[in-house]
Amino acid sequence: MISVSNISKTFGDLPVLQDVSVELHPGKVNFIIGRSGCGKSVMTKCMVGLLETEHGKIEYDGRNFTTMNRTQRREVQKEIGMLFQGGALFDSMTVEQNVQFPLMMFSNMNVDEARDRVNFCLKRVELTNKNHLYPAEISGGMKKRVGIARAIALNPRYLFCDEPNSGLDPQTSIVIDNLIREITYEYNTTTIVVSHDMNSVIEIGDRINFLNQGRLWWSGDRADILRTDNKELNDFVFASGFMREIRENLRK
Amino acid sequence: MKAFYTHVGRYCIMIGHAFARTDRLSVLRKQVMFEIDKIGVQSLGIVALLSLFMGAVVTLQTAVNIDSAWIPRYTIGFTVRQTMILEFSPTIISLILAGKVGSNIASEIGTMRVTEQIDALDIMGVNSAGYLILPKIIGAVMIFPFLVLISMFLGIAAGAVIGEAAGVITYNDYEYGIQFDFRPYHVPYALTKSLFFAFIITSVSSYCGYFTKGGALEVGRSSTQAVVYSIVLIMTTNYVLTQLLLL
Repeated sequence: MISVSNISKTFGDLPVLQDVSVELHPGKVNFIIGRSGCGKSVMTKCMVGLLETEHGKIEYDGRNFTTMNRTQRREVQKEIGMLFQGGALFDSMTVEQNVQFPLMMFSNMNVDEARDRVNFCLKRVELTNKNHLYPAEISGGMKKRVGIARAIALNPRYLFCDEPNSGLDPQTSIVIDNLIREITYEYNTTTIVVSHDMNSVIEIGDRINFLNQGRLWWSGDRADILRTDNKELNDFVFASGFMREIRENLRK
Repeated sequence: MKAFYTHVGRYCIMIGHAFARTDRLSVLRKQVMFEIDKIGVQSLGIVALLSLFMGAVVTLQTAVNIDSAWIPRYTIGFTVRQTMILEFSPTIISLILAGKVGSNIASEIGTMRVTEQIDALDIMGVNSAGYLILPKIIGAVMIFPFLVLISMFLGIAAGAVIGEAAGVITYNDYEYGIQFDFRPYHVPYALTKSLFFAFIITSVSSYCGYFTKGGALEVGRSSTQAVVYSIVLIMTTNYVLTQLLLL
């Protein structure tokens, strides 16, 4: 479990996160949703150690990440898999080399074992026979799948996904969503998805945390979203008339 | 002034991180070999071409400027040797490589930064500075002296060929000139300079790329900054080293 307690972050005079506390559970797809600029990405970056918080603490299964030194943090980071919005695949490496990279750096596998593991991960994300292509030669959806394969190569305990569906068509989005859900349940990972894609939230979100103006505004599960009277959340989730109509029909 | 100290501080911290810890020695070895090829071997063409023309031009210019009968023709060989060994091969070649290698390093690392590839390394627990920057520094420091030696040889050889072909000096006079008053210490002096220049080019360019913020425009800006800062530092270091090692 990842426990975030009272974290705050400002950039200059601009407060981006204010006293945010949230618990993210293993074996569940935990969503962090909110409008653009509400602090979702900053919160994620603080959680993985790319940014420092000013107050509060972040604990990974009881280990206080905020007070750790660089070396101790690296040990926790080795248990983290992250899927980036743009994929963040290494341009100079093939698909196979990208997935193999964490194995090469941190495992004691020999070449054959590493190749088997890479093929397993690529098969898991339904991407076979693409091993020798470079990131520039594959589609956006494939890049995301390679990103997932790389993220799960070392069996991470924590999986962070930053806007996993951005720039993807609806069908590919569903494929990615299902993959994230399956991997979460299969490996009991603590999965954190940062998104404002409501289809994904409704489809796979087990626990949903709504950030607004740098604060945790609302938490609940999928069913709660349909019932809540929280104005800001309703304005965000059901921004379009179409979504409001769906909600009314579901309520009936 | 505050910005200057900020840059110096960040640069020192980055270098500290780059040398702090190596995740896998086998990976570092492989990366160093890759960088030697990329920085050194792939620069051989431009180094050879420039050295040949520099040697040829210095030969012709010296010949044109020797009007007096009191100045022997072998001075041409002597001048070519001195300029190539002391300045042209270590310094001018380094300036050229600051443009070629420096901009390449800054744009490569800068692009990795803005496309979150460096974040990906950090989140995996990889020492990103150590993985990306250290192999470049080691590779350049290892290969630059060889490039400088090749440049010296080609420049002096080109002078001989062009001098003879243009009819300004015979091979015998040229040979006498390049051996005249030869001080072997000048070669290690030049190679020592090249080690410093290699470190400056790779580390400064890596710094410019590593702290790039924004998008394509900023990557281009970092690339330009890398070349400018490298050139300024090379020229400053050149003066300081010359003062320390030659006088």
